[in-house]
Amino acid sequence: MARVRTGIRVLGVVLAGVLGVSLTACSATGGKRAEDARKAAAAAAEGRAAVNTPRWTIAMVTHSGDGDTFWDIVQQGARQAAAKDNINFLYAHSDEGQQQAQLVDSYVDKRVDGLIVTLAKPDALKASVARAVAAGIPVITVNSGSEQSKAFGALTHIGQDETVAGEAVGDELDRRGHKKALCVLHEQGNVGHEQRCAGVAETFDGTLQNLYVDGTNMPDVQASIEAKLQADKAIDAVVTLGAPFADAAVQAKRTAGSAAEIDTFDLNAKVVTALRDGTLGFAVDQQPYLQGYEAVDLLWLHRYNADVLGGGRPVLTGPQILTRKDAATLAPYTERGTR
Amino acid sequence: MTTAAPPAEDSPARDERLLPASPVKRLLGRPELGSVVGALAVFVFFAAVAVGFLRAASLGTVLYAASTIGIMAVPVALLMIGGEFDLSAGVLVTTSALVSSMFSYRMTANVWVGIGVSLLVTLAIGAFNGLMLTRTGLPSFIITLGTFLMLTGLNLGLTKLISGTVSTKTIADMEGFDSARALFASEVTVGGATLKVTILWWFALVAVATWVLLRTRFGNWIFAAGGNADAARAVGVPVRRTKTGLYMAVGLCAWISGQHLLFSFDVVQSGEGVGNELIYIIAAVIGGCLITGGYGSAIGAAVGAFIFGMTSKGIVYAEWNPDWFKFFLGAMLLLATLLNAWVRKRAEATP
Repeated sequence: MARVRTGIRVLGVVLAGVLGVSLTACSATGGKRAEDARKAAAAAAEGRAAVNTPRWTIAMVTHSGDGDTFWDIVQQGARQAAAKDNINFLYAHSDEGQQQAQLVDSYVDKRVDGLIVTLAKPDALKASVARAVAAGIPVITVNSGSEQSKAFGALTHIGQDETVAGEAVGDELDRRGHKKALCVLHEQGNVGHEQRCAGVAETFDGTLQNLYVDGTNMPDVQASIEAKLQADKAIDAVVTLGAPFADAAVQAKRTAGSAAEIDTFDLNAKVVTALRDGTLGFAVDQQPYLQGYEAVDLLWLHRYNADVLGGGRPVLTGPQILTRKDAATLAPYTERGTR
Repeated sequence: MTTAAPPAEDSPARDERLLPASPVKRLLGRPELGSVVGALAVFVFFAAVAVGFLRAASLGTVLYAASTIGIMAVPVALLMIGGEFDLSAGVLVTTSALVSSMFSYRMTANVWVGIGVSLLVTLAIGAFNGLMLTRTGLPSFIITLGTFLMLTGLNLGLTKLISGTVSTKTIADMEGFDSARALFASEVTVGGATLKVTILWWFALVAVATWVLLRTRFGNWIFAAGGNADAARAVGVPVRRTKTGLYMAVGLCAWISGQHLLFSFDVVQSGEGVGNELIYIIAAVIGGCLITGGYGSAIGAAVGAFIFGMTSKGIVYAEWNPDWFKFFLGAMLLLATLLNAWVRKRAEATP
């Protein structure tokens, strides 16, 4: 016991030492201080206009896994629309279909004023969405499930058609004169991912191969792409389906000595930098911020003014093809986490 | 239970248990022999079916894939020899990278300060696992499952709280980044093969762990604690301290692994690492470590990681239909383990 206590004391002293050093060993470049300086410089007066409608409650239930950058941006959009529309915004997520359905059920039990649901696993959610509709709660589906949305009784669907997005990528690859492309899927069994790659194959005149990688293990993602590029030197384009994987692909390309162009779906700060530097060819943005923002705003509009958008068809938020020339405009938005 | 301790010295009493074993028998008694045979089989197999598998560049890629698993398989194997599990090892790697990055960023400190804080945090988490285990007497499965869940939540919650998003901000423009990258994520090109520094880290860790296991008192304690903890305690082995030390070794290697993750990709996703703990355990088991403890080797765990690297990348080189990827992976692993078990049984039957 005494030994343990001594150990803890030693640990405490070392920790105090490191903290002490950290106060002096500051970095003159980058970091939080630089960010604060940037923010202070751009401190424009930001007013917040709130409507005077009653405080309604809107809940959102997605199929996101823990810690997903994409869904973080969707939430940002939803929260900012909620702040503007005087909405009490609730959010829950589960990547298990059954649990997602239970979350929807509990919000229906709470009698929320509006519900936003993703239909990545439509069959699991069918009954729960029907319960919400029967209880008189307006439902908007976002992101996935554009085919099922109307049949399930939702007001409208806001999102990107994955096949259409894939087709846009295929066209862009053709325009850039590629002959053999690789589609990197980071989640095996994700229907949306399969649709994207199938869409690319649809319009791409060259040959397209799929490569499955383990999305939770970044070194493995890199090594797998590297192995593929070494095995097939003819590959002249790599398309990743998520922003974080684009960087792994760039490194894999370098170590494999390949000349392939790296392109990606989705955005983040690094992708924008890479677009500007020319290490990435193009990125396809489905504007997740819009999916959250529009869903909340549309539920407010529906409640306030009985408005519906889209005329019974899905409202598309993408695909928007972004290249080098867009990078400068987008940088501040990715930095603050809304693009 | 066989231990991998060196054979005893010749004694004048000539007890038959102390007779020097023949070199062949000694070789066959090594825990990693089965996995070496398995590794050779996997290597020959992919060399035959996968075009380009034998190129130098491919070898570099396979070694890199093996090293990122292998660095963690070493302490996980030692822990398993000591009779315990660690299910928190996978997310601990992510924790290590997140702490370094966020501490440096928030404090605008030289990144080496963040690296130091991260080392303390991972060692403290290892010590926490060890102390909880030895003080409560609960099985390590429960303790480390608890740590696994808590760390998964902390990784996400703290990252969101501190950086406002679910991934960290870039620290590539901060002081100390380049020197840290040189240590944790640099690479050299030798004869067309790009060799990452993680391979060096891996080999060094295997060498140190092998030395500790076979040549030091602590190594004997590990075998004793894993073989029969009560008997070990009765002869004066500090079982609690041994096990706590092993958990801290996991923390140390998770730190190395996490710094590689940070300095090679710059931005860290907070949700990463889940599921990798099983891969480390699989590598140790393929390498001849018994799940029940008391038997195994660090070299075996390294060979296990190498088999994993060869299999996962060999499938890509062979250009098999990707729909079957996981099936092939599972089948290869199962075959390698069966071959390993078969060779060991033959070895034990040899007079």
